[in-house]
Amino acid sequence: MLYALLGGFGVAALAPWLHQLFGRHSGWALALWPATLFIYFASMLSGVNDGPVLVSHDWIPSLGIQLSFMVDGLSLLFALLISGIGVFIVAYAGRYLEQHQDVGRFYAILLAFMASMLGLVLSDNLISLFVFWELTSITSYLLIGFNHEDAAARRSALQGLFVTVGGGLALMTGLIMLAMVGGSYELSTLLGQGDVIREHAWYAPMLALILLGAFTKSAQFPFHFWLPNAMAAPTPVSAYLHSATMVKAGIYLLARLNPALGGSQLWLTVLGSVGAITLFIGIWLALRSTGIKKVLAYSTVMALGTLTMLIGLGTDIALSAAMAFLLAHSLYKGALFMIAGIIDHGTGSKDLRDTGGLFRAMPVTAVTASVAALSLAGVLPMFGFVAKELLFESVLSSAASWITLLVVAGTAMTVAVAALIGILPWYGKTAVTKRTPHEAPPALLAGPIVLATLGLLFGLFAPLVDERLLGAAVSAVAGNSVTPNLALWHGINVALGLSALTLALGLCLYFCRDQFRHYTRFTDTLAKAGPERGYDASISWLVKISAWQTRFFQSGYLRYYLLIILLTFMALVWTVMLIHWPALSMGIDLRGIQLHEYALVFVLVAAALAAARSESRLGAVASLGAVGFTVALLYVMFSAPDLGITQVLVETLTVILLVLVLFRLPGFLRLTSTALRLRDAMVASAVGITMTCLLLFAADARLYDSISHWHVAQSMPGGYGRNIVNVILVDFRALDTLGEIFVLALAATGVLAMIRLRAEDKSK
Amino acid sequence: MSTLLATAVGVLYATAIYLILRRSIVKLVIGLVLLSNAANLLIFTSSGLTRYAPPLIPEGSDTVLNGIVADPLAQALILTAIVIGFGVLAFAVVLIHRAYEVVKADDMDQMKDTDT
Repeated sequence: MLYALLGGFGVAALAPWLHQLFGRHSGWALALWPATLFIYFASMLSGVNDGPVLVSHDWIPSLGIQLSFMVDGLSLLFALLISGIGVFIVAYAGRYLEQHQDVGRFYAILLAFMASMLGLVLSDNLISLFVFWELTSITSYLLIGFNHEDAAARRSALQGLFVTVGGGLALMTGLIMLAMVGGSYELSTLLGQGDVIREHAWYAPMLALILLGAFTKSAQFPFHFWLPNAMAAPTPVSAYLHSATMVKAGIYLLARLNPALGGSQLWLTVLGSVGAITLFIGIWLALRSTGIKKVLAYSTVMALGTLTMLIGLGTDIALSAAMAFLLAHSLYKGALFMIAGIIDHGTGSKDLRDTGGLFRAMPVTAVTASVAALSLAGVLPMFGFVAKELLFESVLSSAASWITLLVVAGTAMTVAVAALIGILPWYGKTAVTKRTPHEAPPALLAGPIVLATLGLLFGLFAPLVDERLLGAAVSAVAGNSVTPNLALWHGINVALGLSALTLALGLCLYFCRDQFRHYTRFTDTLAKAGPERGYDASISWLVKISAWQTRFFQSGYLRYYLLIILLTFMALVWTVMLIHWPALSMGIDLRGIQLHEYALVFVLVAAALAAARSESRLGAVASLGAVGFTVALLYVMFSAPDLGITQVLVETLTVILLVLVLFRLPGFLRLTSTALRLRDAMVASAVGITMTCLLLFAADARLYDSISHWHVAQSMPGGYGRNIVNVILVDFRALDTLGEIFVLALAATGVLAMIRLRAEDKSK
Repeated sequence: MSTLLATAVGVLYATAIYLILRRSIVKLVIGLVLLSNAANLLIFTSSGLTRYAPPLIPEGSDTVLNGIVADPLAQALILTAIVIGFGVLAFAVVLIHRAYEVVKADDMDQMKDTDT
């Protein structure tokens, strides 16, 4: 299992090289990999009814993160769709991008995406699921922006990335909360904890975060806008990521977590209403669009809305409908997208209004498109019909009436959209196209033909699909054993009546499409004020705020950086001190201080103030020397002879150095106004007072014993030295001293280099 | 005594920071020296002040007399800090001298370009 997943990344890495090896047939060669995976997953089908298969490998054992995988009906359905459709997409891409110079890179990203997507649906561990989730976002970003020289493609790629990764951040928080509530990171354990999770106080915020992740990924209202923009990607990408697989990751997550999170009133309300609204808005916008890929993209939004709504309803029949709809949608939408690519490839047209009468030039494509469109419309005997019947039955039995109304209206409009795709480009008056239309080569046609035919066969043999494929998936989503009872013919009932009604309405809508577009122009103005505008506004605000805060904090002036650091330091220190104020006491004790000690401290303070106030360089350096030597005296008086000696030595050198160098520099100027000086003096005094207070508090509190007893005791027996400070420096902490020597050597090298540099400058 | 030294440390910090906030580079360097003195004295004071008991072991004995000496660990740390502080100072002084030769100004506001 691990090899099946990680091998995908390996093949992805090798793809550019394989492409060079196989030349124009590389598409077929690389398609062998997903084909192998498909066979591998198909071989698991028979065992999946006996319960989930778990495989686990240690990944980060110290954090309890495992690379564990779970194969049950749901993940297997997704894995089969991903690898199965992947076969045709890779072969298709080989022909479609034949002329493109970066095909190797394309294969690499596409195969990496496929591996990530498989990892996502097969993961049992929440963390690895999340990692794969983000990987799909990143690969999707790379694929949308594949034509990176196009500004629109870059913008769309970034938009998709921001929306999905933003949601991913929420998802991560939600998943961690879920793991804390459920007590495990393994899905297989969590799914049995539904009652505990739903009763927990965190349920609502946790659900909100997870749903945010799922909704952004699956383009639910109000995040639906990124998906149509993602159509800037090459068509194979649109067909694969943005219809059949990646956008369904959100749906997968909802379905996967249904046993743990689902069934509550909140779940029903949010998923039901968001799904229904997305469904209607999606199909409405689809009918108003004319770009072939745009129409398909919006109808995908509609399908995703439908799936969300069905999972929200959560009844056995609704979940059966969801799984059937998912399968049907993947088949016909994959086929239709690839056909959109064929039209573009063969004629140069991207807009429905520029096409017509293509049947004569490309009959096979035309028939395939019609068959796939029939499934989209949900016409007998296609699999789409089976799914639609179940959809009607589930909303009729358990949804609110407004949702039912939206579903019926949406379905009627879907019929019209299906007619737009299945009839308009192919029949009627022959349109003048950029290129002479010609039939597509087998590599392009293979996918649509197989997927469309499957849509038909699954419809005809619905009970078989039910038994072999969907039953286990629905049971996994429901959390208990469910038999979906798929059948082509459910007898004459309300659902069938609705089907007929929507079919008739949809066809009327198709024939009156120009009037429809004309009378619904007003929604375009509404759409302009829609969520995409919110996205644009928030991006521009983000840019403005970061520009402002960069200008504010990164002023380029040392003193402003220092002011920010000092003020932050004081704010933090005083916050902590005020919190612990009652427990603090100042160790003020002026007893036993001798006169010469007072005098010494007085000199120190006076010299420091003089150094700060001095108007001349000589005065400042002299005061500095006074400070240094007073400090040396203090060291000597309080039992630190070594410090005293070193300080005297260093202080002498400092003064000499300053005198030698500083007097080559100009004299002090008065550079700042009195007000600024006052401000700096206030900040400086505040810091001084803070340090004094800290020291006084510290003097009165000793939380831990000093560790220097050990050094004192071991100096002679361990270090053979009588000067304990020296023993510490050269023995106990010798590595520190070595580091110090390196620092000094480095400083000396720097000094020497700069002096040499100056000499060379002068010699020129 | 530590109360008195704590006040002195506060004054040293205040003057050091006041000088570091100036625009003149020379004042910045003087502030730097004061700051390193302030920090050393801070550590020295907080380790506890002891009179007439340097951390030395007398001849002929294996340990210190009557067991009370000034904290040797703090002294070792300060010793390192004094020397490092001097290294930094020497580097800074030569650097600003070099910078002055190029920019011909003591004012940091005139040293904003990275190209000169």
